[in-house]
Amino acid sequence: MPAPVLEAYTEALHLLGNPASTHAHGQFASEQLEAARERIARRLGAHPALVTLTGGGTESINLAIKGFYWAAVRRANARKSAETPVLLIAAGEHHATIEAAEWLRDAQGAKLRLLPLDSEGVLQPETLRAAITEIGASRIALVSFLWANNEVGSLQPVAELAAIAREAGVPSHVDAVAALGQVAIDFGAVGVDALSVSAHKIGGPVGVGALLIARGATPEALVHGGSQQRARSGTQNVAGAVAFAAALDHAYGASDDEFAAKLARLRAMRERLISGVRRAVPDAVLRGAHASGSEAADPRLAGNAHFTFPGCQGDSLVFLLDAAGVSASVGSACQAGVAEVSHVLLAMGVAEQEARGSLRFTFSPATSEAEIDALVEALPNAVARARTAGLA
Amino acid sequence: MKILAAMSGGVDSAVAAARAVEAGHEVVGVHLALSRMPGTLRTGSRGCCTLEDSMDARRVAGLLEIPFYVWDFSERFKEDVVDDFIAEYAAGRTPNPCLRCNEKIKFAALLDKAIALGFDAVATGHYATVIDGPNGRELHRASAWAKDQSYVLGVLTAEQLAHCYFPLGDTPSKDLVRAEAAERGIQVAQKPDSHDICFIPDGDTRGWLDERLDRVPGDIVDEAGAVLGEHDGALGYTVGQRRGLAIGRPASDGKPRYVLSIRPVSNQVVVGPKEHLAISRIAGGRYSLTGEPGFDLADPFACEVQIRAHADPVPAVASLREIFDEDRTEQHRAGATHEIVVDVDLEHAEPLIGVAPGQSAVLYIGTRVLGQFTIDRAITAGDIDAAERQRVAIESLV
Repeated sequence: MPAPVLEAYTEALHLLGNPASTHAHGQFASEQLEAARERIARRLGAHPALVTLTGGGTESINLAIKGFYWAAVRRANARKSAETPVLLIAAGEHHATIEAAEWLRDAQGAKLRLLPLDSEGVLQPETLRAAITEIGASRIALVSFLWANNEVGSLQPVAELAAIAREAGVPSHVDAVAALGQVAIDFGAVGVDALSVSAHKIGGPVGVGALLIARGATPEALVHGGSQQRARSGTQNVAGAVAFAAALDHAYGASDDEFAAKLARLRAMRERLISGVRRAVPDAVLRGAHASGSEAADPRLAGNAHFTFPGCQGDSLVFLLDAAGVSASVGSACQAGVAEVSHVLLAMGVAEQEARGSLRFTFSPATSEAEIDALVEALPNAVARARTAGLA
Repeated sequence: MKILAAMSGGVDSAVAAARAVEAGHEVVGVHLALSRMPGTLRTGSRGCCTLEDSMDARRVAGLLEIPFYVWDFSERFKEDVVDDFIAEYAAGRTPNPCLRCNEKIKFAALLDKAIALGFDAVATGHYATVIDGPNGRELHRASAWAKDQSYVLGVLTAEQLAHCYFPLGDTPSKDLVRAEAAERGIQVAQKPDSHDICFIPDGDTRGWLDERLDRVPGDIVDEAGAVLGEHDGALGYTVGQRRGLAIGRPASDGKPRYVLSIRPVSNQVVVGPKEHLAISRIAGGRYSLTGEPGFDLADPFACEVQIRAHADPVPAVASLREIFDEDRTEQHRAGATHEIVVDVDLEHAEPLIGVAPGQSAVLYIGTRVLGQFTIDRAITAGDIDAAERQRVAIESLV
């Protein structure tokens, strides 16, 4: 955790008082909480009243998917409609989205339509438009898409997708968990109905997140109780909110220039890694959107590089690189720790055999050029060995 | 050495890994994910394959301060062990999936991968001993015979044996392993032993098979081929079974009848008197040797044969010979040219009871494991002389 965030967090942890209490301690806690909420809201381009603090990105996403679906069911029941609401979900979403939607389908009878991605992992606006036309806007409970794909790093055309949904009158949710800290987020300007973020992705504490909910939207709550927030009950986490605000300050810097300079550093690191990997392993394939043109139009997260290495199994590479002091990731792992073939790569049309040899590299401003060079140096040997070990 | 410790989440593999670390090796722990849809918590007597087991293994690796990974072998396991298990039953045989797993997964797929990744050996918590003999490495029983697991390792070849490490081989008892685990602070010290087939959590093999194989009705016949009744699917029967045969007519001698064999191709269940369950010769064409034996297997040699993981070894004489056409049964593989033939030493031992094709027979000389074969045919005590004398085509009883 960055020092200023840790300091703000520990200082806030010393506070006594439930922000819902009316005595002096409570009032002080409430002031801290609401000041933090305002800072969080300002950083994300939203009014503080639109910020529901949650227990993390997964909860935010669940609240959006289930909350909007149940709201649509409630509306359908009110007008005695027999039509089952439909969820439109982009195919390469985070598991929090996909599992929530599949659970609604399997346990609650929801209709689920997965929207195909293009070969770079992008949901094309025409795909969304066609699906809305085909299904009928009035039947759609929610459309949900990523701001940036957490595995392959591709940025989505969020404003366009949001505009299509808005024009059709379809509620929309954007999962900005992976984008936070690497993309300027302006909730009001984008015009979606809900947006999920998580503090730990930007150096804040684990277990703190937020769902921004537009004024007119009325998602049902997941957690019922004292109605402390608009769509969530439970005593509020003052220190968590303070630390989240501090982490946002840290991630976005004191000025636009500072943030731009940070992104430029990350991009330079990313390009160093991409060209280094291509040099070291010529048949490695960079996955996701990439353009070496102007920074303003960068279609990829500044801190993400994702490759597939033909003939290798990702977990062999992780092991070998780990032994060489480089931590990489094979996409996602299940609860038992088994590396799973990336559903994102599959959704992009990558063959399963190729998808097995995937590695994701992410870096932060703290990553050094020497670390990247060490990775590039360790890679040829690791890939050669992993190829011998084969696709067991 | 660079050691890959296979960690199931049980106490044996945990202590094995701990001893490997203590011996000064560079150890990395790996838990094998063998099921795509693992259960969340351990139920019954399963000792691996659940999330709880994976987590247990991870905690032990943390305690030992060694790197830990979970490797997915679920597809290989399904193809080589689970599907093989089903196919063997469908073919009227009774397979041992633990042997198959050792043969195809732990000491093949995992070992190959480990070696490719730069490891020297795979360590497991099996109770067995490896020693250097005059003709190379030899596999021996563990010093504690009660816990000896050399039977399920009988499938190992010389090449595999060269890269095996069994740190528990010389431990006198399981209690000592548990005590050692407790002393080391290993949380799974009192975790129950696993007994059942890991992929059949409730232990109901028949019920599990019923969900995967169609039952095809066929005839129940006597040894002469006379039809005595009908069965509702041969795979529901076990050699040695007496109850539930539903044969209308009593036997002419009034004695109860037992399942003697199952003929998968003709879909017949063969029944007969109890005496015919007593087997004095077994043979099989699918065999492997645990290292160089040091003598010519074609010359009959004295040995002991063990036909189940927990059966007593039985004195016998064995040899490797050509399969005579008249000895071929529905159980022999088409390509097999030679088989290991084992005759129980009836002067010093009782015949084997309840032998079913598909079971693995492991041969020992003293404590040394010589090799193993899958039983293709089993012959009752009374029939051997006639067969040897006349070489007539006795249709094998199984």
